[in-house]
Amino acid sequence: MTRLRLAALLCATALPMAASADSILVQSTTSTANSGLYTYLLPIFTEATGIEVNVVAVGTGQAIRNARNCDGDVLLVHAKPAEEQFVADGRGTSRTDLMYNDFVIVGPADDPAGVAGLEDVQPALEKIAGAGALFASRGDDSGTHKKEVSLWAGTSVDPSTGSGDWYRETGSGMGATLNAGIGMGAYVMTDRATWISFKNKQDYQIVVQGDADLFNQYGVIPVSPEVCPSVNADAAQAFAEWLTSAAGQEAIGAYMVDGQQLFFPNAPE
Amino acid sequence: MLDMGEAFGVAVALVLSGDGDLMEIVALSLRVSLTATIAACAIGLPVGALVATSRFRGRGAVLVVMNALMGLPPVVVGLIVYLHLSRAGPLGFLGLLYTPAAMIIAQTILIAPITAALSRQVIEDMHAEYADHFRSLCLSTRQTVQALLWDARYALLTVALAGFGRAVAEVGAVMIVGGNIDHLTRVMTTAIALETSKGDLPLALGLGIVLMILALGVNALVHSLRLTAVRQAYA
Repeated sequence: MTRLRLAALLCATALPMAASADSILVQSTTSTANSGLYTYLLPIFTEATGIEVNVVAVGTGQAIRNARNCDGDVLLVHAKPAEEQFVADGRGTSRTDLMYNDFVIVGPADDPAGVAGLEDVQPALEKIAGAGALFASRGDDSGTHKKEVSLWAGTSVDPSTGSGDWYRETGSGMGATLNAGIGMGAYVMTDRATWISFKNKQDYQIVVQGDADLFNQYGVIPVSPEVCPSVNADAAQAFAEWLTSAAGQEAIGAYMVDGQQLFFPNAPE
Repeated sequence: MLDMGEAFGVAVALVLSGDGDLMEIVALSLRVSLTATIAACAIGLPVGALVATSRFRGRGAVLVVMNALMGLPPVVVGLIVYLHLSRAGPLGFLGLLYTPAAMIIAQTILIAPITAALSRQVIEDMHAEYADHFRSLCLSTRQTVQALLWDARYALLTVALAGFGRAVAEVGAVMIVGGNIDHLTRVMTTAIALETSKGDLPLALGLGIVLMILALGVNALVHSLRLTAVRQAYA
């Protein structure tokens, strides 16, 4: 009896808040959410199509895992090889380039490793390691973390040997890693969008930027209705198509924080 | 670096502004955690009373397990509930993941052991006092449990408040099963985590102060209800 009543209670509280019929769930990387892009962009889409968009913002690795469990209709992340694997495995219908920005390395104003102004990222990383300066890594299998690991792989340094010493893996999101890195005076690699909109910069500034290797591409993938029958396939497709359409691309390019453009649309025509 | 004064200012401004988004988040926090508390009490109090009044083999082990479960890590509860409610999980067909219902389920699992273990202690102490009296009245187990739960109701309110406090303050479970979706599953604690990750520490701390005021309000309300009830009982 108690159990029945409980079930009724749960249902009663759940129903009014269930997502409306024409809505989709986006499994997303954090930078697009934390930088305020969605707050600006999604209402424009909803007005154009009547489709409500809910966003779960987690690291790219976790977003892809959640989408593999069919817990989302669209994937919007930034780790191209992992995204292509997702589509190759039949989990997504197709992957489209959406927009880009770049990664930067931020560091304290006194720049203990003396890397400020360097344009090549790998010599800068070697210099940081060589100087024994602290480096805070995401360490969470996110898109930014995957990128960082691939950059270290091209250097003469194996940061894992310094783990816990000068190489600090926070195992958390971009914002948490920035908070931790800034707290301990470590260099941090972050995407530019998160950095510009981040409010706890203290004396930190961008020290390394401009290397072509720091390119950061975002892609959008509707989750396949064949593998995941529960997805809202039509609305997911409509969302991906709108984002990559002229209207969506223009809206992305128009988003500014502090007078700076955060994302540069580059969907194929 | 960190200005507590600024955070208090933010908190006061937030409350006074009556900001719609904030009210929505506060309302959802209350709804989820209060519902979870009621559900956890519906499960935990009878279980606690039953264990308190019965003697059986392995009772000691049951007590140890009940007490240990009070320390369930929210993240682990969240993960287990996620694995069950995920579309790929056994209960995925219900479509409950990323809804307030999922958050209520997770918090109920988290705090049911607290209500069970604490009520067991409260009722066992009371039972020791009344055992002979009950035996002379030839009460059934069910009647005994009901009588004890009723007599211990004020102490059990404190048990419920302990559960509520744990539920409303946790972030690990609701973050995983709710997803911190704006206007759908965002509650106070996940909003605080979000603002912290944006580096907006004064706003995060301001929200934290609002959450503490909220907990204070709920406790004050329960306290005044209890006073009224006691006064009427003796009137």
